[in-house]
Amino acid sequence: MIRLAWRQFRSQAALALVALAALAVVVAVTGANLAHLYDTTVAPCNAGGGDCQAVGVSLLSTDLSLQLVLSAIVLAAPALVGIFWGAPLIARELETGTFRLAWTQSITRTRWLAVKLGVVGLSGMAIVGLLSLMVTWWYGPIDRVSMNEFQPGVFDARDIVPIAYAAFAIALGITAGLVIRRTTAAMAATMVGYVGALLVVTSLAGPYLMPPAHANVPLSSASDLGFDPGPTLVAGAPDIPNAWVLSSQIVDGSDQAPSQTAMAQFIQTACPKVFGSASQVGGQLKGPADATAFHDCIVQLSSKYHEDVTYQPADRYWVFQWCESAIFLGLAVILAGVSFWWIRRRV
Amino acid sequence: MTAVLRASGLGKRYGRNWALSDCTISVPAGQVVGLVGPNGAGKTTLLHLAAGLLAPTSGTIEVLGGRPLDGPAQLRRVGFVAQETPVYAGLSVADHLRLGVWLNPGWDNDLAERRIEQLSLDPKQKAGKLSGGQRAQLALTLAIAKRPQLLLLDEPIASLDPLARREFLQGLMVVVAEQGVSVVLSSHLVGDLERVCDYLIVLVASRIQVAGEIDQLLASHHRLIGPRRDPGRMPANQEIIQASHTDRQSTLLVRTDEPIIDPSWAVEQVSLEDLVLAYMGRTADADRRPALSEVRS
Repeated sequence: MIRLAWRQFRSQAALALVALAALAVVVAVTGANLAHLYDTTVAPCNAGGGDCQAVGVSLLSTDLSLQLVLSAIVLAAPALVGIFWGAPLIARELETGTFRLAWTQSITRTRWLAVKLGVVGLSGMAIVGLLSLMVTWWYGPIDRVSMNEFQPGVFDARDIVPIAYAAFAIALGITAGLVIRRTTAAMAATMVGYVGALLVVTSLAGPYLMPPAHANVPLSSASDLGFDPGPTLVAGAPDIPNAWVLSSQIVDGSDQAPSQTAMAQFIQTACPKVFGSASQVGGQLKGPADATAFHDCIVQLSSKYHEDVTYQPADRYWVFQWCESAIFLGLAVILAGVSFWWIRRRV
Repeated sequence: MTAVLRASGLGKRYGRNWALSDCTISVPAGQVVGLVGPNGAGKTTLLHLAAGLLAPTSGTIEVLGGRPLDGPAQLRRVGFVAQETPVYAGLSVADHLRLGVWLNPGWDNDLAERRIEQLSLDPKQKAGKLSGGQRAQLALTLAIAKRPQLLLLDEPIASLDPLARREFLQGLMVVVAEQGVSVVLSSHLVGDLERVCDYLIVLVASRIQVAGEIDQLLASHHRLIGPRRDPGRMPANQEIIQASHTDRQSTLLVRTDEPIIDPSWAVEQVSLEDLVLAYMGRTADADRRPALSEVRS
């Protein structure tokens, strides 16, 4: 049966391999260039200990369109194998009636499904895995500068999670095809189901997969003064390298969130230059004098308030990679189980 | 005598509709069995149950003494050609033979290649490019070369032109003669079956109406033509299958194993087609009896 499954699948697999090989050439050439750029600009600057923002930004803006294309490819690849390989795999046989030919040869339909699922599932995981490997390597220098490994579009496009996404998408496609029995409808259902599951799991994983860490961060320019409705402080995004910041809020010395009125009163007394006059309109602070007043004000406020940040620290990156992979592989196994049950009982 | 197909109280329901109900039958081995009935009568359902493509809702079915859903050993013994003779459009004729090798331990590749050559099919041709007749022949070749004891063919010739029909049936008869395989062949046309079948099952409106060897069916059914009389006053051993009346004359199609003694009847032979049509008409009458009896009296 494995030879038949391969015979039916080989042209699609060949097409994917050709595309992957072509991409590999592009990635190898431009990736080597990117690595060289990092080694000659960012690395010496970091070693020197100066301000490396300029060289970093220059590296981040190298091959910008290729960056977008590679991200898009590795993000879309699991969905594509689910939609174009998984969904039609059984649905097309049901639609054209060829399942009646296959199921009346001398092998059971269970084995038929197991082999097809195995061949296409493992091929899809392998192709997406190779793709993710290439893109992860290519993005290496950029990721070391941008320090945002948990960011959506980065975390889910690196290392091992795309492989688990592919396994899930293919199992979803096969099951949808088996249940719906129509190729195009199964493809649509796979796309919707895949995107939905991805959104649900990734949004729940951050706060609930592991208890997030807390950090006290002093107020900085990242915290904004504002006038809504009175003078107030709004927590900005703190800069913790490679962390996944889930939330941040202004708290006082006893780690309690202050009430709006308490905060407004304190700001007005601490920052008379900024907020003393009633003529302020629209929260616009202008001119060098105001900038100094702003800075002084933040210093004053920092004595009483700081930011409380909930986040997943950078060293949990691989825990999250493995956990999320395990979740999607688990879902894939459940869907495969459903498809075996369905093919024996319901078709 | 072993039965190739034995069913008892067999039924299959889809939602609220019974596609096949209360089917009890025993078909002896070594026959070419015709399964005839109008479209939607349940022929395909019965064949799918026998091939193990469907599980019954009620009752039991045995094929060659085993249960159809009983695993690879049972699948090996039954060859099946589905309606519309599906093949893989993207695979070549040769690929289909390879498929046969891969999936069937008992595959007879010499037989398969010989048949493909006799049919002058190009092994490199994609199956999707074959004509309907060629496709049916390819599907039949696949079913035969797995060397089954029973061949189930679901309307294999319905979509073929007359020449392709004849070639298909000739090929089938050669296989039956050479391999001694039992065959169950369905069709909604009696004419197709009459030439090749020894045994007939008439299936109408999800129920088996009559089944038996064709010779015996023809010997036990008679058309009686005589003066008009009430069908209710016929001898008990004569089952009336179909009755039509004019003012003066009654024409009855009766089933009986006894000779017809009543001299007032003119007794005629019944053709197989008339016999089948009479059984088909009987169920139609059962559904609409009040209206029709008005018209006929």
